[in-house]
Formats: sequence, C-alpha cells, structure tokens
Amino acid sequence: MTRDEIRSAVFAALRRIAPEIDPASLRTNLPIRDQADLDSMDFLNFMLELHTALGVDIPETAYREVATLDGCVLYLAAHNPQRQPVKPG
Amino acid sequence: MPTTDSASPATATEFRMPSLGADMKFGTVVAWLVKPGDRVKRGDVVAEVETEKGVFAVEIGSGGIIDEISVAKGTKVAVGAVLARLRGEQLGGEVVPAVEPPKLGAPTPAAPVSMPAPAVPKSVRPLPTVPPVRGVRASPLARKIAESMGVDLARVTGTGPSGAITKADVERAVSGIVSGLAAPTAAKRPEVLAPPVGPPPTDALLAMRHAVAAAVSRAKREIPHYYLACDVNLASALAWLATHNATRTVADRVLPAALLLKSVALALRTYPALNGFWIDGAHRAAEGIHLGVAISLRGGGLIAPAIHDADRLSIDDLMHALSDLVRRARSSGLRSSEMMDATVTVSNLGDEGAATVFGIIYPPQVALVGFGKINERPWAESGMIGVRPVVTMSLAADHRATDGHYGGRFLAEVDRLLQEPESL
Repeated sequence: MTRDEIRSAVFAALRRIAPEIDPASLRTNLPIRDQADLDSMDFLNFMLELHTALGVDIPETAYREVATLDGCVLYLAAHNPQRQPVKPG
Repeated sequence: MPTTDSASPATATEFRMPSLGADMKFGTVVAWLVKPGDRVKRGDVVAEVETEKGVFAVEIGSGGIIDEISVAKGTKVAVGAVLARLRGEQLGGEVVPAVEPPKLGAPTPAAPVSMPAPAVPKSVRPLPTVPPVRGVRASPLARKIAESMGVDLARVTGTGPSGAITKADVERAVSGIVSGLAAPTAAKRPEVLAPPVGPPPTDALLAMRHAVAAAVSRAKREIPHYYLACDVNLASALAWLATHNATRTVADRVLPAALLLKSVALALRTYPALNGFWIDGAHRAAEGIHLGVAISLRGGGLIAPAIHDADRLSIDDLMHALSDLVRRARSSGLRSSEMMDATVTVSNLGDEGAATVFGIIYPPQVALVGFGKINERPWAESGMIGVRPVVTMSLAADHRATDGHYGGRFLAEVDRLLQEPESL
C-alpha cells in the first residue's frame, strides 16, 4: 500500500466523522482535532474507522503520534496496513 | 370511531404530539411509519417528528391497532394535538391472525379481512407509500434542507460515505426540480390539511438557536440557580482507565466521560434531591436516574438526550450507550423517550474545551453537573506538590429544590467515587 493510498483512506475515515470538512484543506503538520473540531468521541470514532478500513488498531499510547495527518500516515505506513485491502469509498 | 363487535370491547386511545423537551411548542410529522389497521405495541416507533432540534423517532405510549391517522405527514401541530387514534385490542390470537409488526420502509399487507375494516380517516387519505425515511442515510443538515425544500430524501442519490445523502446531493436534487429536468424527486406530500403554522424553518441553525433560546431563557427567568465547583484529581481514574483500555481494541475502549457519568449517576442515588424536577411550585423526585448528556452537534447547536438508568450500567455498557447516543444525535436517530426522560443533565466539555462549566439548568430539571477540560495542573497533597490530571467539576442547581450545603456534599461524593474507579 502506498503512502497515497493510506492518505486517501485516512481522508475517507475523516470524512465519515466530519462530513462538513474537506480533509484536503487541513494543514498536514498541525493537529487534526483542532482543525476539524473533533471531540474525544469523534477522535475515538476516527480511530475506529481507521481500524475498520485498514486493520490497524492504534493504541491510546500512540495517539500523540497520529495527532497530525502526516503523523497518521507515517504511523499507518509503519504498521503494515496492507494485510487488509482498503475498501473503496 | 368504528364500532366493533361485542366480543371485542374496544377502548380508544389517542396518540398525541409529545413534548420532546421544555423548549418544544410545535412539531411537524415528517413521516408515518404505521397506517390504519397496523398493530402497535407500547414503545414502537410510529412516526418521525421534526422539531427545531431535529428529527426524532417517536414511540407510542400504548399498544393497540391504529384506527385513524389524524394528522397528515407534513403538518405542523402544537404539542398535545391528537396525531392518531388507536383502538384497544382484546382479541384472542385465534381470532385475529398474527400481524407482523410493521417493517420500516416496507409497506405491510392490508389488515386481515377478519378484522373490522379500519375506518377511513376522515381527515386524511390513506397514506399510500410512506417513504422510508428511516434507513435513508443523510446528514442532519441534508434532512433539514430537504424538508424545507420539499425534497423526498428517499429519492435522492447519496454520494457521501456509504451512499449517505449530503447537503450537496439535496441541493443538486433541488436544482433538478427547479430547472425542470428529470427531477430525481419532487416531494409528493399528502395534502396538508391545516396549513403549517408559520413558515417552515429554512435555516436549520436558526431554528436550533430558537429552541436553545427558549429553554435557556425560561431557565434564567424562572430558576434561581446556585453554583458550586471543585477540582477533582483524576490520577487514579485515568490510570485505571489506561489499564482497562490497554487490553482492548479500539471498538471497546472507554473514554473518561463514561467514568464521570457513572460517578455522577451513583452519587445521585445518595443525593436524590438533585435528580428530579421542579413542577408547579413543588419538587418531584424522579424514579430512575436518566442522565441527559449535553451533545454539541457538528455545525452548531446542542441537544441533551438521556441515557436511561445510567447508575445501573457497567462502565463498558455506559460507554456503548454514550457512543451510540452521540452517533444517533448527530444523524437524527434519537427516540422520543430519550428526549423526554432526562432527570438531570451532565455537560462535559471534554479535553478540548474550557476549564469550568457554569451550567444553565434544563427546565424543569433541578440540576446540571458540568465537567471542564481535563488537564495537568499542580496539585498539593500531604504537604507535597505534584502534577496531576485534574478536572473542574461544577454544579448548577435550583435553589428552590436544594441548598448549597446539599450540593456541596453531592460534589464531594462524586469526587470520592472517582478516587475508587475500580468500584464504579
């Protein structure tokens, strides 16, 4: 799975949580939560969407690492998401 | 009312527009999920009602057979108006063939011939096919726009996630109608008999502001609030939670909010005067502990549906209930009982908000418990200063119902419970 594929999976997950946000408009090096106004429940659901889509269960202890879009893609790339195919959408 | 044979003395019941909150004066029936002849039981969702706060699945308070739909879809009526009439059923199973409960979105077969023919409603034509509004995935904003523009969501093609209908889809559908192209949908509403009271809200946010304004204005006008606050050391609670969550997949993780809610619910058992209502100059204690959870809606607005019997739920169950409630609050999937049953409200600003909540009580409730942001602060204890995760917990309470001394003891009890998270 390429970085771009991971990135689009992350975007898709984010769109399901915050439909009114265009993920492409977010600054990739700043915290997602501040920019997309995600509360703790939204963020948990974001993690859940990523788990469903990519099969990567991000532990609470890694939440700091995945706080930004860049961090998120890096983390997911390092944790071998190709075990499960990304569903379209 | 149709007369029924002597073997089945029927009792008639009226199903009225419920009050889904102190701020609700009117509601619009946006969908009927039953038709005359359908059998319903208490708690069945029979209609969808739109208020300024969104669309809610309305449950019926008593069982029977729907005799007459008195208010056509699309009609705005006052709280308390008769929406439908039921006749009671005291018929044996062998007399009346079992009728499947109505499947949402799937028209049920006509009433069995052995039953008295359902009365043809005088006020409305039989509703042909009720569009399956439930089951249509659409954002609340899309629903609002669709309703105000008269677009039938069942006929809009969704391009959002999992085919969900977005604002843009509705707008496309509207432009299709306007331009006279093969419109995906022009709403075929049954005729509206009573003209809607006032223009339909065209601005969902404005309607929501009106609803919030009505409730908080009444609260500030009528309720003599008193306020208390204290800081709570959450070190034990969060440490316990981290251990609890470490072994779980993301779907089963618990947020600190669940611990806060549970400790409030348990403390209310000991301090029941804060759990109830002030009605007609008297305090009424509530029977169960149903926590209204203030949920901010994406795009603006606020809603506080109830988690029933929160004191009796395990932490995991409470977390699931909370997660489910938030999801449904944001997708217009709340049930009327959830809007009517809250006995106290908890406002939790979460970890991104401000430090302290100065709550406004939701009438006729008598208390609101607030939690600000959990953050690390210096904490003095046993002659030492350390750094701890701390939350400021506050209470806004109705001084007619309780006094500050009582409220203070309640907060101390919540604090005590949060120091023993394993017992929650």
